[in-house]
Amino acid sequence: MRVGLLGRKVGMTQIYEENGTAIPITVVECGPCTVLQVRTAERDGYHAIQLGFADKKRKSATQAERGHAKKVNAEPKRYVREIRQETPVDVTEGQTLTVEMFADIKRVDVIGTSKGRGFSGVLKRHGFKGLRATHGVKRMHRHPGSSGPSADPAHTRKGIKKPGQFGNTRVTSRNLKIVRVDLTNNLLLVKGAVPGPNGGYVTIQQTNKV
Amino acid sequence: MQNRFMELVEQSSMKASPPKFEIGDTVDVHVRILEGEKERIQIFNGVVIARSGTKTREMFVVRRIVQGEGVERKFPLHSPRIADIIVKRSGKVRRAKLYYLRGLSGKAVRLKERFPGGKATAAEATAAKAERRAKRSARKADRLAARDAAKLVAATPATTE
Repeated sequence: MRVGLLGRKVGMTQIYEENGTAIPITVVECGPCTVLQVRTAERDGYHAIQLGFADKKRKSATQAERGHAKKVNAEPKRYVREIRQETPVDVTEGQTLTVEMFADIKRVDVIGTSKGRGFSGVLKRHGFKGLRATHGVKRMHRHPGSSGPSADPAHTRKGIKKPGQFGNTRVTSRNLKIVRVDLTNNLLLVKGAVPGPNGGYVTIQQTNKV
Repeated sequence: MQNRFMELVEQSSMKASPPKFEIGDTVDVHVRILEGEKERIQIFNGVVIARSGTKTREMFVVRRIVQGEGVERKFPLHSPRIADIIVKRSGKVRRAKLYYLRGLSGKAVRLKERFPGGKATAAEATAAKAERRAKRSARKADRLAARDAAKLVAATPATTE
């Protein structure tokens, strides 16, 4: 079974190993999650478990959400995602999954929504260097410069890096090492950064990278 | 943002009772060093010129003069590699960062010694401490005596009746 859970990013800090090495970590409040639905190949064409994390007020949930949660005697959830499975899994609908699942897992992928930076220029969005500050540059210091050849092909090639919406998209941080699993507080400590702001919802799953 | 969970995690890698020292103190920093298989303690002596950061990220800078050349080392306070920090002498300083010491040399680098209780000499400081202690024990004796007297007063009406 591909282990996966939903959670909330708490924040970053550092902890020390016994030999004094400082490790940068992200604290993720991970689960407990309710299995809202089990997708099967016969009915849905693929295997997956649908998880829900963090209760939502009944009055702010739609009738559909309420009905869906009621099937497994649960409250409507704020964050609902599926964890895709290769094979059928022995998980039943309505079951509660906790961070214990990650006890013997070494590395995970963390999926989240990156911080939105709005409509950004090429320096911020693509790391361009910009133009010079002096030597005759006139009000073009943060411009992208040329966007391609001139008469031939006489148009801008597709896929050229340009200004535009930056962030607020789905981002996956791959192959993050699990540093610690805290069963009493449902915390997962992963090494390195995780997409999104503190308090943002994330999906954590066993990595498929080898 | 400080959060309950963050607090928990940070607490786990912080020293339960971090060594107490101030800016301007001359300290011995005991650093654990791994030489092959054997662990050894190396001592770095100098003046604390800066502290920065909070919680697990707290760092401090120690400056000393080696063969006429200024040497600074920055240590993480909560690192398990820092075995101990011993205050040898407290310096009288008026800033949180003593970066001005970098520009000084020779006798000018010395800091005036600071004794507990704002006293001028070590003898005065110990005398003041002894005095405080005597006062405290006197107060305690008074309190005990007063309590005994009160007890006595409470007990007397019963006997008179």
